[in-house]
Amino acid sequence: MTLTQPHSFPGRLIVVEGIDGSGKSTQLALLQRWLIAQGYKVSFTEWNSSILVRRVMRRGKKKDLLTPTTFSLLHACDFADRLTYTIVPALKAGMIVLADRYVYTAFGRDVARGVDTEWVRNVYSFAPRPDLALYFRVPIDVSLERLLIGRAKLKYHEAGMDVGLSRDPAESFRLFQSRVLEIYESLIEEFGLQVLDAALDINAQQLQVRRLARRMLRDYHGTIADIAASGGQR
Amino acid sequence: MPKAGPAFYGRGLPYLNVGPLRGSLIVIEGTDGVGRSTQIEQLIPWLELQGEAVANTGWTRSPLLADTINEAKAGHELNVTTFSLLYAADFADRMENEIIPALRAGFVVVADRYMYTAFARNTVMGADRQWTRDLFGFALVPDLVLYLKIDVDHLIPRVLEGKGMNYWESGMHLALGSDIFDSFRHYQSRLVEEYDRLADEFRFITVDACRPIESIQLDLRRHISNHLYRKKPARRGHAAGPRLKENG
Repeated sequence: MTLTQPHSFPGRLIVVEGIDGSGKSTQLALLQRWLIAQGYKVSFTEWNSSILVRRVMRRGKKKDLLTPTTFSLLHACDFADRLTYTIVPALKAGMIVLADRYVYTAFGRDVARGVDTEWVRNVYSFAPRPDLALYFRVPIDVSLERLLIGRAKLKYHEAGMDVGLSRDPAESFRLFQSRVLEIYESLIEEFGLQVLDAALDINAQQLQVRRLARRMLRDYHGTIADIAASGGQR
Repeated sequence: MPKAGPAFYGRGLPYLNVGPLRGSLIVIEGTDGVGRSTQIEQLIPWLELQGEAVANTGWTRSPLLADTINEAKAGHELNVTTFSLLYAADFADRMENEIIPALRAGFVVVADRYMYTAFARNTVMGADRQWTRDLFGFALVPDLVLYLKIDVDHLIPRVLEGKGMNYWESGMHLALGSDIFDSFRHYQSRLVEEYDRLADEFRFITVDACRPIESIQLDLRRHISNHLYRKKPARRGHAAGPRLKENG
């Protein structure tokens, strides 16, 4: 498996990327609804959600024990664990895998925290290439406003407070996420991310998302059960 | 005397100003059960008698990761990739929070295992060689790597006299066979083979560990003395392999 070559699994992998507050999770949830309604078998996975590193990550973040390198390696471990137990089995079964954030998140955030660009790419070089990678591009102020409407205050790491750019969370968020945005921009071409305007209405964005998904699924043949039922043709 | 900029194996820690490192980093490598910790226990008071401040660090001993690694091993849920990443995180945590600060302060740091352990194990477990090496690109090149070399026939009684053959050290996770003795023999032979190869590549100082504990200890002390006291000021990275990148 590699990030630069298409994978050979019967399933399909759709990932969403964007800074916090870009609305990508909302869009992915709506896409999931729609895919299921269309009769597809869907598996969902989310960045930093594996039980394997949950405790150490929580403790490390809470007590600010993580360095940019350990932060990066623990997220990679979370990813590798989900890849082994969730993503690859579902792709082998011919399902559609939806991932809320993927390796590009590490390429953006970890590098914004100061780790070496080539090093972090090597760390994740075992990841399969997504069949569709959606990047929700949003101005910093829009994302900040969305986050602050939804909850009382910004999370410490989401605001990049650990990087020490500013003591003011909103200002730190602006500075840190601007770095991340800049890196995302440079990933678009390199990894073939599809850009969506995340400042548009939710519904307008979702129609585009579905259009892109439909197009990508044109050569999809369903789960292994579907393939077997149709005489094993792919 | 402060040394020239420290050398890393790979791309280093770009966000960290490592600065001059006055101390010495001494690594003791060797397979499971070869007697590394027994030797280190005796080396530390000896070094202190020589007037050195000593810091001791060991594989999977970071306060951040130790519990997670032990739990995950108990649950047998790791594969070679997650294993490597957890070990790398443990190692990075100790590198940044223990090893580098101690070297800055002029300590002699004695490391029980180093990234070569991951190189050896990963090769045996079938991971991509280059991936593993690049992963540990943040590691400092040690000043001295002392390799306790043993063959598997000498190793087996030593392990059985000690804490016995355990699941991981016998490579049971590789499903080489259902018999723990056969599996241990097979897995450890392959590990030792890999260590021997690494000893060549990274120019370890090899110490014959088939001999009694006291003889091994004397050899280790002799090599450490040579390094610390009899040579002209050592250049970091000279003793233990190619210098790939300078920093600081």
